[in-house]
Amino acid sequence: MLDPAITTLLNVDKVTQVFQTGSGETRAPVLSEVSLSMKTGEIVALLGRSGSGKSTLLRIISGLTRPTQGTVTISGEPVVGPAKDVAMVFQSFALFPWLDVLDNVELGLRADNVPVDETRKRALKAIDTIGLDGFESAYPKELSGGMRQRVGFARALVMQPKILLMDEPFSALDVLTAETLRTDLLDLWQEGRIPIKAILMVTHNIEEAVLMADRVLVLSSNPGRIASEIPVTLPHPRDRLDPIFRELVDRIYALMTQRPDTTKPAAREAAAAAMGLGLALPRVSTNSLAGMLEEIAAPPYNGKADLPHLADSLQLEIDELFPLGETLQLLRLAEFEDADIKLTPLGQRFVDMDVDQRKKVFGDQVLAHIPLASHIKRVLDERPSHRAPATRFREELEDYMSEDYAERTLRAIINLGRYGELFAYDENSQTFSYENPQ
Amino acid sequence: MPQLTTFVSAGRRILPNQWDLIAFAAILAVLTGIAKSYHGISAPLPAANESVVSLDYWELPYYAFRTVLRMFAALAASLVFTFTYATLAAKSRRAEMVLIPVLDVLQSVPILGFLSFTVTFFLGLFPGNTLGAELAAIFAIFTSQAWNMAFSFYQSLRTVPPDLDEVARGFRLTGWQKFWQLEAPFAMPGLIWNTMMSMSGGWFFVVASEAITVGDTTITLPGVGSYIAKANDEGNWWAIGAAVLTMGIVILLYDQLLFRPIVAWAAKFRVELSESQDVESSWMLNLIKRTYWLKSGFVPIAAAMRSVSFWPLHLPRSASAPSLSKSQVPSRLIDALWILIVIAVAAWAAWLTVSYIATGANWDEVAHVFLLTTYTLIRVIVLMALATVVWVPISVWVGLRPRWAEAVQPIAQFLAAFPVNLLFGAAVSLVLAFNLNPNIWLSFLIVFGTQWYIVFNTIGGAAAFPNDLREAAANFHVHGWLWWRQVIIPGIMPYYITGAITATGGSWNASIVAEYVKWKDHTVVADGVGSYIAQATDKGDFPKIVLGVAVMSLFVTIFNRLFWRRLYAYAERRLRL
Repeated sequence: MLDPAITTLLNVDKVTQVFQTGSGETRAPVLSEVSLSMKTGEIVALLGRSGSGKSTLLRIISGLTRPTQGTVTISGEPVVGPAKDVAMVFQSFALFPWLDVLDNVELGLRADNVPVDETRKRALKAIDTIGLDGFESAYPKELSGGMRQRVGFARALVMQPKILLMDEPFSALDVLTAETLRTDLLDLWQEGRIPIKAILMVTHNIEEAVLMADRVLVLSSNPGRIASEIPVTLPHPRDRLDPIFRELVDRIYALMTQRPDTTKPAAREAAAAAMGLGLALPRVSTNSLAGMLEEIAAPPYNGKADLPHLADSLQLEIDELFPLGETLQLLRLAEFEDADIKLTPLGQRFVDMDVDQRKKVFGDQVLAHIPLASHIKRVLDERPSHRAPATRFREELEDYMSEDYAERTLRAIINLGRYGELFAYDENSQTFSYENPQ
Repeated sequence: MPQLTTFVSAGRRILPNQWDLIAFAAILAVLTGIAKSYHGISAPLPAANESVVSLDYWELPYYAFRTVLRMFAALAASLVFTFTYATLAAKSRRAEMVLIPVLDVLQSVPILGFLSFTVTFFLGLFPGNTLGAELAAIFAIFTSQAWNMAFSFYQSLRTVPPDLDEVARGFRLTGWQKFWQLEAPFAMPGLIWNTMMSMSGGWFFVVASEAITVGDTTITLPGVGSYIAKANDEGNWWAIGAAVLTMGIVILLYDQLLFRPIVAWAAKFRVELSESQDVESSWMLNLIKRTYWLKSGFVPIAAAMRSVSFWPLHLPRSASAPSLSKSQVPSRLIDALWILIVIAVAAWAAWLTVSYIATGANWDEVAHVFLLTTYTLIRVIVLMALATVVWVPISVWVGLRPRWAEAVQPIAQFLAAFPVNLLFGAAVSLVLAFNLNPNIWLSFLIVFGTQWYIVFNTIGGAAAFPNDLREAAANFHVHGWLWWRQVIIPGIMPYYITGAITATGGSWNASIVAEYVKWKDHTVVADGVGSYIAQATDKGDFPKIVLGVAVMSLFVTIFNRLFWRRLYAYAERRLRL
């Protein structure tokens, strides 16, 4: 039964996406030459950090966005507009608040001019399948998050798409609800009760990817490209405590914290220096940085922590955990080592310091290892007034990264600089200076 | 037993219940009124000296009905305008470049000054028939209602949530389907709020447009506005009182019977994640929902409208859609050409205006009008400052007490509807009795109707002020001036500014009425561009009207750009909680 069904359902060929700025200049690509294919009967997870372009890729596949280069074909048909054979489930549910559950589910069929009777029949069946019986006349705002996402699923399934696209469908739900919905969806899929041929899901939750997918594709950031592919052959239902499951999760953590050239510290330093102002900084709280160092230093970790465990005990998603870890690594206070994070000797000492000493060390490290910080300080030193407008640095950053990234990087350096007492920043006049209010 | 229940309830459902009767009676009353009024509307225009309005109190309900009918006709026109103009502006980038600035200027232009032109135009369309005068009045009211409605709709169309937009595109909804399924419902709450505001603002123009003299032409249409005008002419205090009472009742009626039900019904269009705490309710909506016949009458209509909304008509897609394909990437050449055409047309229009003004005014006259406009500007600024000093503390006091706020806010909105003409008698009597300087004392009239915008917006701001911040201020013993400066004023700022912008715009318009006041045989005039326009209108001196309106518009636009816009942007950026 399986043999003839295994055919290529989706093919993405060398897709590149470059967004233009308002003035028409092109920026660094969001996606670069991404190719992938999916067969009938597969669940594939696209795993990536925020900014890796995974949601953009999903929108290109669905036909909502046109790629700058490359092609997408579904069952051999090229995708040139919103595709008929796909339906999407959204992170934010994206339900129409003025339509009740039934009307929300019927929307796509009505737009497709399916006769009213058939629309009603199919909608009721989808509502029944997904476990929404009795909620037909409820409005979305009356429903809990889990119920809302069920409407999202029913709305997609009623269209009988070949491919179901899911954009972080469980990340806006609490842990228990998310688990129930995952299991329910997997059960329906395993039992063949939903008429779809493949599922492509975007997620930043590593365990979720390993739990659900037959294949995990890890996207790297800036620009987004497929860094690695991990097949998951464990039978369903999968056990999170299974050693093989744990090993897969660890392996993916290691893959995602790894930089292309992390083999030698010297090479890494050279890379950072070469990047110069092009180094995009994530916005992290200095309190969280200190808190994470303290957590790693304390038992049970005693200076070296397993990332999946740390994420669990700190209740952090990888989108929160990785930026913290990377900033610590950048400041030489901690280091990634496979799926572990380890304090450096300086990081170890940092934990025992008082507030003033910490701020001093922090400021020194920011100045030494973040080129933007030393650049700002040099400009302030050179100017007789010792003041410089933020726009100057924003424009410099925009030569290397998108406007959003530039803004975020600037915010991050202001935050780090203020904590390390390197310079002051006045929000009203948007200028850097050395003057703090006396 | 269950069968009996079914039978009983079935019987109850088929028979009309008492709610149906009430609803039908109301509908019949409206239909009768429209029929009676239609007879009056198409009547031949009475001769100029013939009086169509009498001060008989028993005529007032009929006059009120005629006035309300005019207002709703204007409202219907405003809605049509909103749905076409704003939609075009939101969907076509090139149309947007022209339409939005035009709308922006129209918003700040003193419409009242143009009344003389529109009246002449519409009378010319239907010579010798009341219909021309009716249309002129309706058009005047329309110009007071349409702009902010169109703006609100345009802004909603541009801020449709991106995820819902993706759903609509993913399901391949056509332009028509998307408009009715997504864009119009999303814009509904803002549009309804602005419609209500427009309805209040419209009263001022009703009074101005139902009885107007342009040169030799005098128009008097039966209505509350002309009733007030006649009462002012004859100096009849009792008639003024009766008009105020009638207006109060009419406003209360359409608020309770129409707007409250619509607001309560439209609550479902708000895009929010959780159900809001205070749910709007309306006894009228509950009544309609409890009827059986009336409700079942709505069902097929609703189903038919739903079918219409799903017609696969292809309309141009929104310009904001992020999926510009390569061929749709805006062509710079066509853009440049388009801008060139727009500039040429604008220059031509400006030249026409200037050459028209030149036929009746010289440079000295222009300089004189600039001086007069400066007087009015000073008047507006001083009066707004006074209104602020008086009303902000009171409004804050009220707003911080939820019970008071709940009671006072609707009253302030209600008061905003009352036109300044109602105070003419009092103003003239006082000025004459105490021999006061009209340049100073008439000034107070320009904020009579507009100060309420400051009041209810400030109350709204104070009511929305977070309780924990109040508690923190009290806990740290922040009192007196420090409390005002650092706690409450920054907190209410965005709200106050919204109110003050509306109030200032209204005050400029009001100056045309309020600087030139008549009561019986007495006329009291204050120096200013408002009285300049009003006097030119009386004489039918069109070049001077154009000059006055042009200079006033220029001042208003510059004042808005240089002052209010910046202040508003600052408050939005720094002070929005």
